[in-house]
Amino acid sequence: MKPFAYQRAEAADSAVATISRTGAAYLAGGTNIVDLMKLGVTAPDLLIDVTGLPLRDIEALPDGGMRVGALTANSDLATDPVLRTRFPAVALALLSGASAQLRNRATIGGNLLQRTRCRYFVDVTKSCNKRRPGAGCAAREGEHTDLAILGASEQCVATNPSDLAVALALVDARVELLTEGGPASMSVHEFFRLPGDRPERDTNLPPGALITAVVLPATPIARMSTYRKVRDRSSFAFAAGSVAAALDVRDGVVQDVRLAYGAVAHRPWRAYAAERSLRGAPATVDNFERAADEELAAAKPLRDNGYKVPLIRNLTVGVLRGMTEASW
Amino acid sequence: MRVNLTVNGEARQADDVWPGESLLYVLRERLGLPGAKNACEQGECGSCTVYLDGTPVCACLVAAGQAEHRDVRTVEGLPGPDGLDPVQQAFLSAGAVQCGFCTPGLVVAVHDLLARNPTPSDPDIREALAGNLCRCTGYENIVAAVKLAAGA
Ligand SMILES: Cc1cc2nc3c(=O)[nH]c(=O)nc-3n(C[C@H](O)[C@H](O)[C@H](O)COP(=O)(O)OP(=O)(O)OC[C@H]3O[C@@H](n4cnc5c(N)ncnc54)[C@H](O)[C@@H]3O)c2cc1C
Ligand code: FES
Ligand code: FES
Repeated sequence: MKPFAYQRAEAADSAVATISRTGAAYLAGGTNIVDLMKLGVTAPDLLIDVTGLPLRDIEALPDGGMRVGALTANSDLATDPVLRTRFPAVALALLSGASAQLRNRATIGGNLLQRTRCRYFVDVTKSCNKRRPGAGCAAREGEHTDLAILGASEQCVATNPSDLAVALALVDARVELLTEGGPASMSVHEFFRLPGDRPERDTNLPPGALITAVVLPATPIARMSTYRKVRDRSSFAFAAGSVAAALDVRDGVVQDVRLAYGAVAHRPWRAYAAERSLRGAPATVDNFERAADEELAAAKPLRDNGYKVPLIRNLTVGVLRGMTEASW
Repeated sequence: MRVNLTVNGEARQADDVWPGESLLYVLRERLGLPGAKNACEQGECGSCTVYLDGTPVCACLVAAGQAEHRDVRTVEGLPGPDGLDPVQQAFLSAGAVQCGFCTPGLVVAVHDLLARNPTPSDPDIREALAGNLCRCTGYENIVAAVKLAAGA
């Protein structure tokens, strides 16, 4: 590991000023950045430990929403009783991630900024445009069974590995920031991005910005939401594909629906086309299949990850059917 | 840098710590506590599991400086005045130990599981221990040890 200096942040604004000036990195739970530093994938000169900052509150807002401090542990949020009632998909997504020890340590802000698990990104002996812009992408022709089928570019086929991010996309969460210019906020949809010709950028987070909180806006339909993740083993593995869904069915007709997919793209993938196709339609398996097919019509699988198309299609149908039966 | 922390109830100090060292390294190489094991160093195996302020974490991914003024409890700190902790005894009695490399991490994880859930179901046990890999036992006897300790 390259030598670096370690500092504890005294206050959020001075940490933001230092990071903006020096290009140093924030350290939260360390479960991703410490790993990547050991592997030589990232090599900051200075780490600023923000875990002492008072950004750990979980607030149940009176309007039905929630505000979650960026340094809240994934396990603390996952077990919050208000979250489990108002936003069950978020709790399920958190619990499906990593292991108990890691969830205890991993923070909400760090989870959103965890980097891709593409094997070429984490192996410094391989070429990767995300790690070294212009180096080429070895994944396109190489081992890519776990990589993107939607929204990829010639330069990058990486996927975002976060389960939490998928559930946050479902509920139109907002990310609150402290930037050099002061507090700011952006929706998760603006926060995450597709790789395009700048694959080195995972997100649109302004340089140096500190994530201070994640806000879950009041979302009545989210009370009937879920998250299902398919992976190589039944626990402690990243997703091969996942679906977050919220559904409101009355008299057999879809009043409202939301769908988001994980492990298919460089960002959590909100399935707007499928949602449009289902609103107002009878809640039948045929319609669920058609909606998923409409969304997945844009998929461009690589040589070895075509299995993700039927996987996501069947997951969509299975999840929506289960929710419809449960609402009878 | 110097790191001051409490380990197994005792105030300890580690000197000349380099920021790139992990809490695991500090415990094993600077404080003479080789119980927590060093295997993957990537959060994948759980051999390095210790309590940090009462919560089990992978010590291999905790930067040394982050342990300043914190409370750490390792497998060495589990036995009481009357000898082994019931979880440790159950691992021995159930034959849940072969090479023993995974054992300290598992014992801490099981200790935490039973503190939170004294009568875990099989799926509870499997999920709680998903972050602890064992290359020897095939897990059968580990699950048996958890049940034994739960009944103790
Ligand atoms: C073995 C293993 C398995 C895993 N499995 C899963 C899984 O199945 N699903 C899943 O979703 N995740 C999984 N994870 C990833 C885990 O969830 C993340 O590592 C974790 O959430 C990151 O949080 P952290 O606080 O440890 O972040 P850190 O490692 O401290 O930081 C990560 C990044 O975020 C930046 N950062 C952190 N906090 C802030 C902030 N407040 N503002 C601005 N920047 C910040 C850091 O500078 C760094 O770049 C796994 C991890 C491991 C090691
Ligand atoms: S050594 Fe820490 S998890 Fe494997
Ligand atoms: S007993 Fe050998 S790894 Fe578990």
